[in-house]
Amino acid sequence: MKPYLREKAPAAFDEIPEFPSYEAGFLTTKNAGWRNFRPVIDTKKCNGCMQCYLYCPDGVISEKDGKAVIDYDFCKGCGICRKICKFNAIEMEAEI
Amino acid sequence: MSVLSKDEFFYGHKACAGCGGSLAVRIALKVLGERSIAVLPAGCMSAVGFNFPQLCFGNNAIISTFAGTASMLTGIRAGLKAKGIEDFHAVGFAGDGGTADIGLQALSGAIDRNDDILYICYDNEAYMNTGIQKSSLTPFGAKTTTTPAGKNIHGNMRPKKNMFEIAAAHGIPYAATASVGYINDFISKVKKASGIKGTKYIHVIAPCPTGWGISTDETVEIAKEAVDCGTWYLAEFENGEFRLNFRPKEFSDIGEYLKKQSRFRHLTDEDIKIIENSRNAKWEFIDNNFRK
Ligand SMILES: Cc1ncc(C[n+]2csc(CCOP(=O)(O)OP(=O)(O)O)c2C)c(N)n1
Ligand code: SF4
Ligand code: SF4
Ligand code: SF4
Ligand SMILES: [Mg+2]
Repeated sequence: MKPYLREKAPAAFDEIPEFPSYEAGFLTTKNAGWRNFRPVIDTKKCNGCMQCYLYCPDGVISEKDGKAVIDYDFCKGCGICRKICKFNAIEMEAEI
Repeated sequence: MSVLSKDEFFYGHKACAGCGGSLAVRIALKVLGERSIAVLPAGCMSAVGFNFPQLCFGNNAIISTFAGTASMLTGIRAGLKAKGIEDFHAVGFAGDGGTADIGLQALSGAIDRNDDILYICYDNEAYMNTGIQKSSLTPFGAKTTTTPAGKNIHGNMRPKKNMFEIAAAHGIPYAATASVGYINDFISKVKKASGIKGTKYIHVIAPCPTGWGISTDETVEIAKEAVDCGTWYLAEFENGEFRLNFRPKEFSDIGEYLKKQSRFRHLTDEDIKIIENSRNAKWEFIDNNFRK
């Protein structure tokens, strides 16, 4: 589990909590628009060591079928994963 | 890596790209797991984690007053105990300002009572959330908006306070230093602390690209370099004893470490010599007083 995007943000007055507490892990916006560069994983070079996952400040890398995959909804394009990868499996591509 | 939960508990947050503090919070929560109640005082991690309706903590989490991280942790522990709930972690994540300046009294009180809490200071070496003001954990020579670098005064004139040894001086059950550049060391320290009863204090260096003047992909490297050049060290305090966890075979170049960060770029050779001398004095102290 992780915090996830909801279909609808509370907007109407009666949807706003009366007390200062609310459901944990409630996301209504993505961070994808922050990115200037997109990390792209070369699955041929990736050996699934998951060091990139370990150091990603946003926690957007996970493992699928022995390879690293990125949740581009929330990746900010910081480039830490690219520097961490010892196998040069990650390249930063300009967003257009 | 095996001690980490597969779940993410700090996700979709609005920290700047490459933020070291958010990496520290994310990893610590993956060690501690879902049954953690996190307390975040005013500072970047609360500011980026709670922007209603974007609530980025997957576990229970609450914002405290700036000064009150430790006292809120105490209250959470006591309140849930009264309800018969004891199998959880009360964990605080406070910045350097929130810890070494305004929150020090509350922290000292909690350690004195030996409340069963884990206090993690993510140290980005200034008040970042309000725009880079000096704290008592800002290192000598660093340029901040309240310690500008001019012709006569070259940034911050005061040395960095040693919070790790201040926590230890209370006779705390467990205290440790860490760096997000040595993440496995940090993971094992959080794990160890989570199994100890009483107050635990972990001080983790967490670079801030925005305030340090590095690019967003340099956070981890620079956090590692701080340890490798000896301006920071990895150590623990337990059973009344200090222990050094890691000694670089040879220190990497301190000037190089400093010049990579725009907050230090104004430093003269003499300034760098002062920093080098204070590093050497610190390591002499470590060699004489810390177990290896
Ligand atoms: C009592 C009080 N004083 C001042 C502030 C304003 N304030 C909010 S965050 C912050 C800076 C926090 O610095 P630090 O603890 O180092 O955390 P960082 O932002 O660097 O993560 C300040 C001064 C406040 N919220 N409450
Ligand atoms: S660090 Fe590189 S090789 Fe390892 S999982 Fe990530 S992309 Fe793959
Ligand atoms: S670029 Fe940064 S945020 Fe995106 S996956 Fe890599 S480390 Fe994570
Ligand atoms: S200002 Fe620094 S500490 Fe604050 S969110 Fe940005 S990178 Fe993180
Ligand atoms: Mg700070």
